[in-house]
Amino acid sequence: MDLGLSHYLAVSAALFTIGVVGIFVNRKNIIVILMAIELILLSVNLNLVAFSVFTGTITGQIFAMLVLTVAAAEAAVGLAVLVVYFRNRGDISVESVDLMKG
Amino acid sequence: MAVYAFYLIALVVLVSALSVIMARNPVHSVLWLILAFFSSAGLLVLIGAEFLAMLLVVVYVGAVAVLFLFVVMMLDVDFVELKQGTLRYWPFAVLVGVIFAAEIVLATVFGTTTNASTFDASPGAATNTEAIGQVMYTQYLLLFQMAGIILLVAMIGAIVLTLRHRPETKRQNIAKQTSRRRSDAFELKDPTPGQGI
Repeated sequence: MDLGLSHYLAVSAALFTIGVVGIFVNRKNIIVILMAIELILLSVNLNLVAFSVFTGTITGQIFAMLVLTVAAAEAAVGLAVLVVYFRNRGDISVESVDLMKG
Repeated sequence: MAVYAFYLIALVVLVSALSVIMARNPVHSVLWLILAFFSSAGLLVLIGAEFLAMLLVVVYVGAVAVLFLFVVMMLDVDFVELKQGTLRYWPFAVLVGVIFAAEIVLATVFGTTTNASTFDASPGAATNTEAIGQVMYTQYLLLFQMAGIILLVAMIGAIVLTLRHRPETKRQNIAKQTSRRRSDAFELKDPTPGQGI
């Protein structure tokens, strides 16, 4: 069996599912939620590149680079928010983020 | 032969991704994340998308993962306490995961299948990097520059968020420096000899 598009789509789907489950499981630690988001974006990138290669158009790889850019920016801003939050509250558990509940 | 390499690397990707969300220590999570990104780069090399693979290694392993490690180690959090009580969210998380996976499988099975017989990572060029470069600075120039602006905004945002003004640090006041005149800084005295000022 040759290496095909469906191989990459399967891995990407599994990676996406793992990322989503990771967001829901980790109700205690915001850092791991950020890492799960990175996993989801990685699966998106895998999808884009796989379609780009197996259909012979380069556009998907350009788009994957843009997703990579946004992922890096998101990680930087997210971690900055996390650092500020920890400085103010001294705690980063998800359940303590309820100041705006009223 | 490539398909066996694919299965091996894909196994590493999935196992390390699972370990990212299961690890008790966030430092271990970051290290598993590095492994996941590194093996994903391997997956991309397998189909000839070398440029994206190297970019993945440089951006994620070189920058993002180190950023994560930095933050994890900078925040002094009691991680043993953090991990307690995650068990009660497992059924809900597994339910959501099963729903997502089922939707993806359904969309793949019943969706329109593309005729993906070609295998060309660099159409119209000798190398993958060349193919990307040919369109990136011509057809997608605006997108490329927009990506730069996004990075600039993110950088400024991160700095503004984390910058802290402490009263004890000495800062440069440029307006004060440039508005300083000779008459503010000097005072001419005419001491009589032998008496001092």
